[in-house]
Amino acid sequence: MPEASGPAGMAPRLLEFADELRREGVAVGTSELLDAIHALDAVSWTSREDFQESLAATLAKSQEDRHVLDVLFDRFFFRAVEREAVERGLTETRFRGGADLDLDALRDRIREAIRAGSDGEMRDLARLAIAAFGRQGEGSGVIGVDVQRIRRTLGLKAEKSGGEMLDPDGVPRERLQEFEQHVRRELERQMIERTQSLPPAKPLREFDRALPSNPAQDLSQVHRVVAQLKKRLASHGREHRGRRRSWQVDVRRTMRASLQTGGVPLELKYRPKRPRRPELYVLCDVSTSVTSASVFFLSVLHALHDQFRKLRSFVFVERISEVTDVFERERSFEAVSRRIATDAGVADVSGYTDYGRVWLEFLDKVVDDLDPRSTVIVLGDARTNGREPHAQVFGRVAQGAGRTFWINPEPRLYWNYGDSVMAAYEPHCDGVFECWTTKQLEGFVNAIAELRTAA
Amino acid sequence: MTGEFETIQDARSRLANVGYLAGESAALVTYLAGKLGKPVLVEGPAGVGKTELAKAVSRATGRSLIRLQCYEGLDEAKALYEWNYRKQLLRIQTEAAGAGWQDVRDDIFGEEFLLSRPLLTAISTDMPVVLLIDEIDKTDQEFEAMLLEVLSDFQISIPELGVVEARTRPLVLLTSNNSRELTEALKRRCLYLWLDYPSVDRELEIVHLHAPELDEQIARKLVEIVHMVRALDLKKPPSIAESIDWARALLLLGAEDVDQGVLERTMSIIVKHRTDLDLVAERVGVKLGDGLIGQQRQAG
Repeated sequence: MPEASGPAGMAPRLLEFADELRREGVAVGTSELLDAIHALDAVSWTSREDFQESLAATLAKSQEDRHVLDVLFDRFFFRAVEREAVERGLTETRFRGGADLDLDALRDRIREAIRAGSDGEMRDLARLAIAAFGRQGEGSGVIGVDVQRIRRTLGLKAEKSGGEMLDPDGVPRERLQEFEQHVRRELERQMIERTQSLPPAKPLREFDRALPSNPAQDLSQVHRVVAQLKKRLASHGREHRGRRRSWQVDVRRTMRASLQTGGVPLELKYRPKRPRRPELYVLCDVSTSVTSASVFFLSVLHALHDQFRKLRSFVFVERISEVTDVFERERSFEAVSRRIATDAGVADVSGYTDYGRVWLEFLDKVVDDLDPRSTVIVLGDARTNGREPHAQVFGRVAQGAGRTFWINPEPRLYWNYGDSVMAAYEPHCDGVFECWTTKQLEGFVNAIAELRTAA
Repeated sequence: MTGEFETIQDARSRLANVGYLAGESAALVTYLAGKLGKPVLVEGPAGVGKTELAKAVSRATGRSLIRLQCYEGLDEAKALYEWNYRKQLLRIQTEAAGAGWQDVRDDIFGEEFLLSRPLLTAISTDMPVVLLIDEIDKTDQEFEAMLLEVLSDFQISIPELGVVEARTRPLVLLTSNNSRELTEALKRRCLYLWLDYPSVDRELEIVHLHAPELDEQIARKLVEIVHMVRALDLKKPPSIAESIDWARALLLLGAEDVDQGVLERTMSIIVKHRTDLDLVAERVGVKLGDGLIGQQRQAG
């Protein structure tokens, strides 16, 4: 195929690029590479956007992959150009007039260019800024530090988020980041020229990989995962057992099947049974030991309420309190957390979790309602603060319910150390999971599905 | 003008002619889809014009549109083909007297007794078509697996009849709201297009295209409000179609300006949940009352 792909040398470059993508966890298959090569045949190479979009359309198959590809694309082709330059011994005449530059005028021009968002101008000004900065000493040698030092020298700062008050000195945050990117590029270029070699490519940092996000987005991600959870629970396979007698014959499918036997209905087909709606009990620890996780837990709870109608939710610290109606009345997440913090009345005196007492109270509240169709999910760290864990009471809860799952926000490594009594509760659960990110929540949802196939 | 897209520019201008302002990537990917003969997987939030893209492509290329709406429990009988068993039964009964089993069997599994569903129709027509598989994420993984044969080889195997191959290559678009992760196998066979809500300027163009009589100032304010509403945590953020509806409604009402009163009277066009309505009235309405949105316009 290389002959078909334009100038010689493109295909190997593309392979290198694909390799780099794979190292960052983007699954690029051979068929996708072939697609990319075909696609590049069909578009003009002179437009950088078209080139990049073509690669993105054929190689990146999700929004996250797309983001990684964009970041890598910039880096990869920057490095490719620089390597070529080093190999051919090309150098640029560096701008030497830095000493005569008026810093104030430069500052104003840069601010204007950033506001206007003109790419080429920002790059030129980035060079000027580096040259101007150069006279105050050659820099620290660490590019990241130099970039920030130049930014501070220029007095550039991002606008306050929210945009309620317009700050005359501030510039839009994304544009400022673009400018910093330019400065970084230019510094890297100079460094490569000085040392005549490319620094090794580093894997992307977690921070660079992550899509830009905000709390509302995180919340919506939790909502998405919980929607999956609902599907998994609803299609849980306990509807087939021992109830053949009440099945209904599906006439259409029976007739269809009878065609194979010449119109004699030898095989009866039944209407599929619709699964019953699951009943869900969710218990959520809101004590101080899980403060960082409890926002996440509450957002899970919030999302669950959006999805399930037969859901009762409880929060606990020392005592347990039902908060189902709080979630049903209040729509906004902030209002819910505020209400729970003020009115739930779960902390008694000490503010330390008392799991044993919580089980006793919970059992007392729901003992008549628990049945094999119900699912109990506990969100908590199982740290009893040295109090009686009452594992056998928890066992009775688990017995009454069809399934019991425990989600622990601590890494598995910390379980059963100190006052954590996870081991006492674990035997009673159908599954225990460590979980404090949406990714792990997805893992939990998938694990439930696997438990189902194993059962 | 009909036929395949010649260049990216051609794709964009012809899509614009039929009322769809495609972004950079949308134009490029639809163009590539025709060139490479690959299906396109379009993902993005609800209401960004994923389905509309397929309709626009069908109008722009002059191909007819075949749509398969996916839902939970969709099976082969409704997506691919089904044997017309009533007709088969009738046939068996009329022939019951004389003919032997062999004759009847050869007879009843012919194309005459086949009810073709969207996928088979798309593959077996003589005219090239646009096939839209809408909301693929609503189906189960089994159905996805079944699609693979259609999407990669453009053929359908019918056990009793053999393989039906495509006479012409359909342009396939699959849409997904990302409510479930699709399988790798499916993604590998598709080009990927992520559609997002458009920028203020682009949406303004879109609104202008569909409601050209609306005053420029009002249109801009309207689009800015829609963007503010989208930034809130709503159950259902307003779609592009809804901002067009709103623009048309303002035209009908002869609104001179979008102020707090107008917003509160007409916002049920863009916001469809009770709780969302309260939130929008509280957050956006109050800002409008203070004239803050107008200020932002002058600054930006």
